[in-house]
Amino acid sequence: MSAPAGTQDEPRTDRIQAATALRRKDLLGIAELTTEEIALVLDTAEAMKEVGERPIKKVPALRGKTVVNLFFEPSTRTRTSFEIAEKRLSADTLNIAVGTSSVVKGETLADTALNLEAMRPDMIVLRHSSSGACHLLSRICRSAIINAGDGMHEHPTQALLDAFTIREHKKRLAGLKVAIVGDLQHSRVLRSNIHLLTKMGSDVWVCGPPTLIPADIGRFGVRATSAVDDAVTGADVIMLLRIQLERMEGAYFPSLREYFNVFGMTEARLRRAKPDVIIMHPGPMNRGVEIASEVADGPYSVILEQVANGVAVRMAVLYLLAGGTEHEAAA
Amino acid sequence: MPVVMDADRIGRTLTRIAHEIVERNRGLEDLALIGVRTRGVPLARRIATSLREITGQEVPTGALDITLYRDDLMRQSVGPQPLVRRTEIPFSIDDKTILLVDDVLYTGRTTRAALDALIDFGRPRGIQLVVLVDRGHRELPIKADYVGKNLPTSLEESVQVYLQESDGRDEVVLQQAPGGAV
Repeated sequence: MSAPAGTQDEPRTDRIQAATALRRKDLLGIAELTTEEIALVLDTAEAMKEVGERPIKKVPALRGKTVVNLFFEPSTRTRTSFEIAEKRLSADTLNIAVGTSSVVKGETLADTALNLEAMRPDMIVLRHSSSGACHLLSRICRSAIINAGDGMHEHPTQALLDAFTIREHKKRLAGLKVAIVGDLQHSRVLRSNIHLLTKMGSDVWVCGPPTLIPADIGRFGVRATSAVDDAVTGADVIMLLRIQLERMEGAYFPSLREYFNVFGMTEARLRRAKPDVIIMHPGPMNRGVEIASEVADGPYSVILEQVANGVAVRMAVLYLLAGGTEHEAAA
Repeated sequence: MPVVMDADRIGRTLTRIAHEIVERNRGLEDLALIGVRTRGVPLARRIATSLREITGQEVPTGALDITLYRDDLMRQSVGPQPLVRRTEIPFSIDDKTILLVDDVLYTGRTTRAALDALIDFGRPRGIQLVVLVDRGHRELPIKADYVGKNLPTSLEESVQVYLQESDGRDEVVLQQAPGGAV
């Protein structure tokens, strides 16, 4: 619990010194962030969390900034979380959902983005089913692009809020055993979490049915197994990933019931973890598939804290990206 | 680098300010001290200690971070931004007289931001401003109620306050460097 030199008042328990700025136009993924930048986002989110505890939950930091939430995939939690974060920072927000946009009339993503861009928003928060959609927008837009989930690639703000939640409970990320169990093949949450947790020094185990483990997952510096008991034993953190029913046409495992029997997180399975283990889930949960109800609602679950912390972390990202003004727009 | 206040002088000045606070407010009921981060916070705590020694009464003390209320946030190009810290006001400010404490009063913009931030926490009966150093050059109509030292400066100079709690020593220094203290 020793605070590094230069800080005071509250103990800073993370050993990595925070950067002084996010020197980038966009937040596309965790892969390109430095450990110092990650620490900066997490430290800033601590202050943002306090704003959410005030009687008047609003500060003028982003007054006059326009943020477009452009969502090409259904999302309640992430979109609402971004919108609340934007409003608490006094930004002007507007939501465009795919069902109501010109996309249904055949407009391409690039054209949609350029048309929005012509109205000079300051930031675009993008959720899209294609991996790399944010990178495309980043190249053609002057606005800051925040990735709110792109295909099977990354979901950086989810990984940041997961790290924030872990750090609140464990006071550190380095040296923790984190077991991530579920669909490793299709999960952008997994990919962002692997990047973040390995950068910050956690011991990351990933676990799922052999058919859902990418062949080259080892190169990300994690241990992969299909033996869930090995992954869970001694874990400080267990993170469950949603079995994405909409992506399960491929018959990756015999049945949901069998998945639950082999991989589902139950109280019995949990006993192998550390006594102070925390259980996380990015949502939406499939009760009785990847997680038993008694675990989801049990004393180790921090699932609703994750949701609450999501607002603070997204406020931090919005604030830090807005801090710089004129970036060179590529083309 | 001329030292304009040493540790002894800073200590006596804060004690004098504490006496002025007692005199002006005729008692400490409904008073609260709120320090502006970063160096206003230890100054507020020291004044609270002096007030306890003088009157035996405890005055609640809080810390205010004004970063999210600054008016220059969006004006700088990509560069170091001030780290946002938590505001900690563990009491209601409604109907209290708030003593807002900062180290240096300069343009008045920090104080403006602090007033906006405070008013988002409630409706105090009044706000009084306490500063260790007033270096002049106001850009807004703001005036301190308690001043440790009036220090005439030029715009090319900067005033740096060092405190035991954050810097390991008590000292106020006048430096010939533009854009230092804000």
